[in-house]
Amino acid sequence: MDIALRNIVKKQLLWISLAAISMFFASMLSAFIVEKADVGNWKEFILPNYFVLSTGVIILSSLVLFFIKPQLKKEKSIFGLVFTVLILGILFSYFQIKGWQQLTNQGIYLTGVGSNISGSFLYILTLTHLLHLVGGIVGLCISTIKSKQNLYSINNYLGLELTAIYWHFLTVLWVVLFAFLKFY
Amino acid sequence: MSEHHKENFITKYIFSMDHKMIAKQFLLTGMFMAVVGMLMSAIFRVQLANPGETSVLYNLLPSAWLNDAGGLNPDKYLALVTMHGTILVFWVLTAGLSGTFANFLIPLQIGARDMASGFLNMLSYWFFFIATVVLMSSLFVESGPASGGWTIYPPLSALPQAIPGSGTGMTLWLISITLFVVGSLLGGLNYIVTILNLRTIGMTMKRLPLTVWALLITAILGVLSFPVLLSCGLLLVFDRSFGTSFYLSDIIINGEILHNEGGSPILFEHLFWFLGHPEVYIILLPALGIVSEVIAVNSRKPIFGYKAMVGALLLIAFLSFIVWGHHMFMTGMNPFLGSVFTFTTLLIAIPSAVKVFNYLATLWRGNIRFTPAMLFAIGTVSAFITGGLTGIILGDSALDINVHDTYFVVGHFHIVMGLSAIYGMFAGVYHWFPKMYGRMMNKNLGYIHFWGTFICAYGVFFPMHFLGLAGLPRRYYSNSAFPMFDGLSDINALITFFALAGAVVQVIFLFNFFYSIFKGTKATQNPWKSNTLEWTTPIERIHGNWPGDLPVVKRWAYDYSKPGADEDFILQTEPLKEGEVEH
Ligand code: HEM
Ligand SMILES: [Cu+2]
Repeated sequence: MDIALRNIVKKQLLWISLAAISMFFASMLSAFIVEKADVGNWKEFILPNYFVLSTGVIILSSLVLFFIKPQLKKEKSIFGLVFTVLILGILFSYFQIKGWQQLTNQGIYLTGVGSNISGSFLYILTLTHLLHLVGGIVGLCISTIKSKQNLYSINNYLGLELTAIYWHFLTVLWVVLFAFLKFY
Repeated sequence: MSEHHKENFITKYIFSMDHKMIAKQFLLTGMFMAVVGMLMSAIFRVQLANPGETSVLYNLLPSAWLNDAGGLNPDKYLALVTMHGTILVFWVLTAGLSGTFANFLIPLQIGARDMASGFLNMLSYWFFFIATVVLMSSLFVESGPASGGWTIYPPLSALPQAIPGSGTGMTLWLISITLFVVGSLLGGLNYIVTILNLRTIGMTMKRLPLTVWALLITAILGVLSFPVLLSCGLLLVFDRSFGTSFYLSDIIINGEILHNEGGSPILFEHLFWFLGHPEVYIILLPALGIVSEVIAVNSRKPIFGYKAMVGALLLIAFLSFIVWGHHMFMTGMNPFLGSVFTFTTLLIAIPSAVKVFNYLATLWRGNIRFTPAMLFAIGTVSAFITGGLTGIILGDSALDINVHDTYFVVGHFHIVMGLSAIYGMFAGVYHWFPKMYGRMMNKNLGYIHFWGTFICAYGVFFPMHFLGLAGLPRRYYSNSAFPMFDGLSDINALITFFALAGAVVQVIFLFNFFYSIFKGTKATQNPWKSNTLEWTTPIERIHGNWPGDLPVVKRWAYDYSKPGADEDFILQTEPLKEGEVEH
């Protein structure tokens, strides 16, 4: 296989995986909808402020990613940009965990006596999103190291591009989840 | 990728990245599991024919759980039924069938050296293998394997303390199926990108053999539906192990009131069947693909209605996502919703009928060669019709309510899914065996195998419809507890006779298969005089499939008995003659 084809193949593999992941979350959300309609003792919750912060942070991280390609074109170092995204990603994770703390303080639990399905869904959705995000952070770590070593160029940055696509996906996914949890 | 790798025993036979070897690994693992699953059915059939007695066969089994005193009790019966269903649906007819033929045929028929990623492909097999080991190990734990049915409905699956099989066995089932799904997803991703990107020059989508089309659509179905099983399972794991209540509400068990409130087991059914129904097409479509190829080759005729065949596959795949409710008519579903699911379900009859019609039209006035593969292919069409007819009954909510969870359902799904797909798998093995092993399987043994299987299978599953109409429920250990079923015991004995005879007939196949690998007559380059690319590769297995350049495709796969041609088949690599129009 020549390199151009191999790149296309890798990108397609990623896109199809994203379709699969989307089905995973879509089914969770439909479960949420069904339960909310059916369950008598559905407890409403107020989303923690920290989730608003994390939403802002992850959107910002995605925006930063858009500056990488122009920078590569100008043959300038992209280390700073990639590193920023990584830091924002870690910050996002931190805010998510803070958000959960805020939830438990409100008396909303994942499991056990006093838990309610609405809360359990809230935890599971954010938790599974965060687990997917860990994969993205691993990708960013690798990209950060490689950009530090100046291994990327405008003709050769597939790994970074794949990480970026995946990261944008996580952003969109989070925004959808957040909007859903907030307004549905 | 075209450079020749040095291979040693380990990289060639065990951690192989060659698609042909991985296909054989899937095939052999699938065959092993088929034998296990079939033996289980033999055991519980003996039980059903001899109500009140524990099975003789059963006491011969090797495992501690299986062998402790008391023989086959109701708990163990349910465990066996659950394992039988799980093994046949997922291990044999999903991984065994797709894994074998997608791996084997996709690169060979599209003219590629291998899959897009040999590494992912290898991972896909090894995930499957570990899943197999985990599943089998659950037969050896003290409390026994999962017992709540292959559909693992909660609360039995969600409360470890519910029945013996809800404990460790269920945990192992969940681990195993997770590994299985990961393996299937990796495989599916790879099949899709391979077909989309690695087709050789001239192999347009319109020239693809229908086998490849079917495998492509199967892979897409898998990639979109298996993740739903994962989310369904994840919520279940949380209920089981971490105390959430997604599927649980108001439960008292052994006098203890559980805290779980608000959840609903019906939610589980929705999620499960959203995978579950596409899953039956994941099982069936590869078989239909194989059948298209085998029927065209052995009728010496182009497949009738190629485009309609592709269209029907696509339509079936699409519809399979919006019919899951037909498994749930008895859940107290709103009757209006029930009628919607009835409607979408009956819609599937249309593309299905198109396929059947096209198979028959291909056979019509063909110059038919009744090879064992061809007989099994026709067997698939036959079973698809028989089972499809009862599907119309079960798809109709008003009718289904009367026979839900009876042997009528067992008869239906074994014929339409079990037999159709198993026959398709046999057809594929007989047809491509020469390509896989360079030798031919014995024809006469093939005939005995086909007729024995065909007669026994109908002998088992046809009478089940009558049992069901008489009200006999499925998943019952003993029918003798209810006098109203006493009159059915002769039919039950007859079914068991055929089940055991059918199991014995499979020994003929196994013998033929393994004997022919070593001692079969040597195959020629193109034994069935077939058009597709796999028959242009050398008989000896080589890494990279074609020794020189990749073949270039000039025509579709179905130029059989073309007027004006010298022979009744024209390889896909043969250029169009002057003035010849492409099909
Ligand atoms: C080898 C010949 C086979 C025989 C004699 C056989 C027999 C049976 C019987 C009698 C049951 C129902 C037991 C009960 O409900 O108490 C059953 C269940 C089942 N079988 Fe088979 N079967 C065979 C092959 C297959 C095949 C090829 C498939 C693949 C689709 C299959 C899939 C299933 C499934 C999914 C169930 C339901 C398990 C459950 O209730 O959870 N079987 N089989
Ligand atoms: Cu269905």
